[in-house]
Order: sequence, then structure tokens, then C-alpha cells
Amino acid sequence: MWSYEKRLQFPVNIKEPNAKIAQVIMSQYGGPDGELGASMRYISQRYSMPYNEVAAILTDIGTEELAHLEMVSTIVHQLTKNLSMEEIEESGFANYYVDHTVGIWPMAAGGIPFNSCEFQSKGDAITDLFEDMAAEQKARTTYDNILRLVHDSDVCEPIRFLRAREIVHFQRFGEALRIVQDKLDSKNFYAFNPEFDRCKS
Amino acid sequence: MTNSNNSEQRRLFHDIGVIDFVIVEMNEYLDTHPTDKEAIEYLSHYVRMKNQAMREYAVKYGPLRISDADGCNQDEWKWATQPWPWEGGC
Repeated sequence: MWSYEKRLQFPVNIKEPNAKIAQVIMSQYGGPDGELGASMRYISQRYSMPYNEVAAILTDIGTEELAHLEMVSTIVHQLTKNLSMEEIEESGFANYYVDHTVGIWPMAAGGIPFNSCEFQSKGDAITDLFEDMAAEQKARTTYDNILRLVHDSDVCEPIRFLRAREIVHFQRFGEALRIVQDKLDSKNFYAFNPEFDRCKS
Repeated sequence: MTNSNNSEQRRLFHDIGVIDFVIVEMNEYLDTHPTDKEAIEYLSHYVRMKNQAMREYAVKYGPLRISDADGCNQDEWKWATQPWPWEGGC
């Protein structure tokens, strides 16, 4: 069950459209380390997770990522609003425009459509939490790359906010991994998959 | 709407965002530190503050969530008629 709040997690008010930058930022919606994959990754991993605290952090970060994909979509929408045909042709946006006009559709900056191979749900608590920590760092790197390409402060401010959240989530998943390891055999964390194997009686 | 009303609306909308950020941050912190009593009290304080601000916003300008829709003007369903967040709405 989810409920919606009619506001962005961090304000986005872009005054200057820029289709070139929109194509780059779109990757953080539907690209390999984007917010759509992030949300689906954590929300999907919850069901077989046997530790309540870890299911809690997967739920709450997965929910926050939904707010992030709304922010990224808003940035792309505002950057592509009121473009002239000349701007569409000159900025290289025509390849997107021909299929989607200025609608929002999840794909990577290189044109690869979103699919669920962008994330894993492996059914093993240690494996999944390492994936989650790596995912947060990969998204942080992507935001760093975006910040090197973008100079409009209306765009940079919400991107900096999103970048900072990746670092906080990396920390929280690290703590979740510690919670899992504390419940396993310290001599061999991998002797037992707590999402699959039964305890010996 | 007059300008002063508009700036008051913007201030309350901004405050809701700030208050909610504290809630998101404390919520996630508590998931991995569930016995931190000080953090639980801190979160409760901000949840009360948010509910009060959301209520005030709904009564004055229209609801930001359906659970506050009961306190609103019944002449118009503002949830649907007012701007959406991606339109820079508040």
C-alpha cells in the first residue's frame, strides 16, 4: 500500500529549457543506475528478507526512490518544455522526439530502454545488500558526472540533493549488512543463506 | 490570490518540505537503530509538526494528501484542479 503527497521531495524550478542536458539526466530515470531501477530493486528484495529491520530499510529507501524518480522526471520535463523545432533538431533530441514527443519514458542516455536487468533481486541477504551498496555508489558517480556536464544552478541544486541521498543510503545499507552479518556464523557468513536455508534442529 | 497570500502559501509549502526531510532521514536512521529512544522522540516531534502544517495547508490552499481532504472547502476538488508538482506547483 502506498499513498501520494502532491509535492516534490526537493523543489525543481527550471527556467531555461535545454534538450542536450535533458538527454543526459534522463539516464537517472531509466538508465542502468537510475532511480526507477533503484526503487524496484529495494521493493522487490523485501519479500524474502527474513530480518524485519532490513525489510524496513528496503521499504523506506525504496519509497524515497519513488520520490527521486519523480524529481528526475520533473527535471527532464522542465528541460524539454517549450522547445522549438529548431532546438529539437540542433540538440540531437530528434531521435527521442520521434518516438515520445516530449513525454517521459525510461531509458538510458545512450538510448537503451529500461529493463529489469538493470537491477538484481538474488534472494540472498548478503548478496543483495552488497548490490544495494554498489548501486548507491554507481548512482553517486552518475550524479557526479552529471554535475561536471551541467552549469545551470536550477538543475544542479536538485541534482546535488539527489547525490547526497545516495551517500546516506549507502551508509544505511552498510548498517543493514552489519545487522545481517551479526545474525550469521562469524566464522563463515556464507555457510547459510538466511533467505532460503532452514535452521538445523 | 494576492501576493502576500501567495508568499505565505510558499513559506508553508517550503516548511512542509523541510519538516518532511527530517522525518525521512530519521525514519531511515531508526530502521537500522530501532532502540535509539532519543531519535524516536525526535521523529515523533516532527511527525506532529508535519501533521499540523499539512492540516493548515489543506484548509487554506487545498490538500497535499488525501488524508487531509476532510478539512477542505467542499465547493471544489482542489486535488484535481490545482497544479501538479512537476509544473512547479504549490
